[in-house]
Amino acid sequence: MTATVRIPTQLRPLTGGAGEVAATGSTVGEVLKALDAAHPGLGERLFDEAGRLRRFVNVFVADEDIRFLDGLDTAVADGQTVSIVPAVAGG
Amino acid sequence: MSFVDGLRCRECGRSYPAEALHVCEFCFGPLEVAYDYDAIATAVTRRSIAAGPPTIWRYAALLPAEPTGAVDLGAGWTPLVRADRLAAELGLGELWIKNDTMNPTGSFKDRVTSVALTKARELGFKVAACASTGNLANSVAAHAARAGMRSYVFIPSDLEQQKVVTTAVYGTTLVAIDGTYDDVNRLCAELTSEHPTWAFVNVNVRTYYAEGSKTLAFEVAEQLGWRAPDHVVVPIASGSQLTKIHKGFQELHRVGLLDDPSATRVSGAQAAGCAPVAAAFAEGHDFVRPVRPATIAKSLAIGNPADGPYALDAVRATGGSIGAVSDDEIVEGIRLLARTEGIFAETAGGVTVATLARLAADGVVRRDERVVAFITGNGLKTLDAVAGVVGPTATIKPTLEAFAAAVDTEGPTP
Repeated sequence: MTATVRIPTQLRPLTGGAGEVAATGSTVGEVLKALDAAHPGLGERLFDEAGRLRRFVNVFVADEDIRFLDGLDTAVADGQTVSIVPAVAGG
Repeated sequence: MSFVDGLRCRECGRSYPAEALHVCEFCFGPLEVAYDYDAIATAVTRRSIAAGPPTIWRYAALLPAEPTGAVDLGAGWTPLVRADRLAAELGLGELWIKNDTMNPTGSFKDRVTSVALTKARELGFKVAACASTGNLANSVAAHAARAGMRSYVFIPSDLEQQKVVTTAVYGTTLVAIDGTYDDVNRLCAELTSEHPTWAFVNVNVRTYYAEGSKTLAFEVAEQLGWRAPDHVVVPIASGSQLTKIHKGFQELHRVGLLDDPSATRVSGAQAAGCAPVAAAFAEGHDFVRPVRPATIAKSLAIGNPADGPYALDAVRATGGSIGAVSDDEIVEGIRLLARTEGIFAETAGGVTVATLARLAADGVVRRDERVVAFITGNGLKTLDAVAGVVGPTATIKPTLEAFAAAVDTEGPTP
């Protein structure tokens, strides 16, 4: 499965400035792992030392928060959009 | 002059320049404004503040923007009123209401908006924007109009009609989104990446914006004769306001304006239909699990609160509590405040009063404490909440007989 991953400003220096990149995987975890392989350094920005998603990183599949789905195990269908969005906003 | 040293990540401590940044580029933690408190302490006195304007800008030394040329509709310096009749109803002693319904657009959001857009203009932004549950929409649209800035305001499409009209009238570009506030917020966080020349007050300039809420603490302390209250009750949406009120009392001591370190207990108020922070408090968690909101208190309906973990920290560190109240209790809270103190609050105020009542009944808020409840928005914005339960006592012909027949004038004062 190839997903489109939307990259926030804060991470664009690691994607050569691109706001959208393609990555392959059948779950969110796999897609993000593939992203790190293609753009080294991204992984440590998204995950803490224990391999958990950092607490101020939100990830959405087709605009749905993965915490309402299956977290990093959430399935990603071919052509779906995975968005990485900083959690600190609003209110 | 500004006493800002720069920005610092609250999670990992990395430093950044005082620009339009809100998130640590390394760990995504929130950035906080860092001040030179020693310099502020030598520059500011109780007297110099008293000589300032009757607005939030009297505390400019502790704010991250220059007061000269501020985007200002007169936010702040709202009444702190002694609430003896409400206190008697709740079995409390010394109770005060911080009546922030009295701001230019009727809510505390004028404080944060004024700071955010003043800083945005300093940074060269020409466009203002926000994600809002309504009160911020009013405030950003109005302040942007005042500043001659173009503005884009994003709201959930099910917002109260009053809040839609009182935003649109200022000539903003108002975009209603099919979804919850959390959907609106996510869209705005993504739009911020696509439109870096826009100042989203609660996204890319949120670091500055949030500082405006400290003025609630500053004013309360000054209005109490430079004393901090024993206990405050604050509504929680994102958790930013509560966190900043706590910080405000601490800063006053840090710069010598309060003699003693703040011992103010901080308690939070949520609606049961959107209570992720109250649930985390009750369960002993230091993280907040997002929820899907379903409450009449739309101004507090943030299911995924950005500052939830910090609000939990502040409440736990000070020995406070967090309550969650039903929609019926919210309506009753609005009516109780109106009936006892003559203050008409929007639903968030109903949440605060109802939570205060709960915490008083449970002995968390005590009779021997000097208590301040923050009433942060005007009831005219959420008329639907009470329209079904209050109305004319009687509708009669214009005759003395009809009046006498319809209205009991002998009953007790309500």
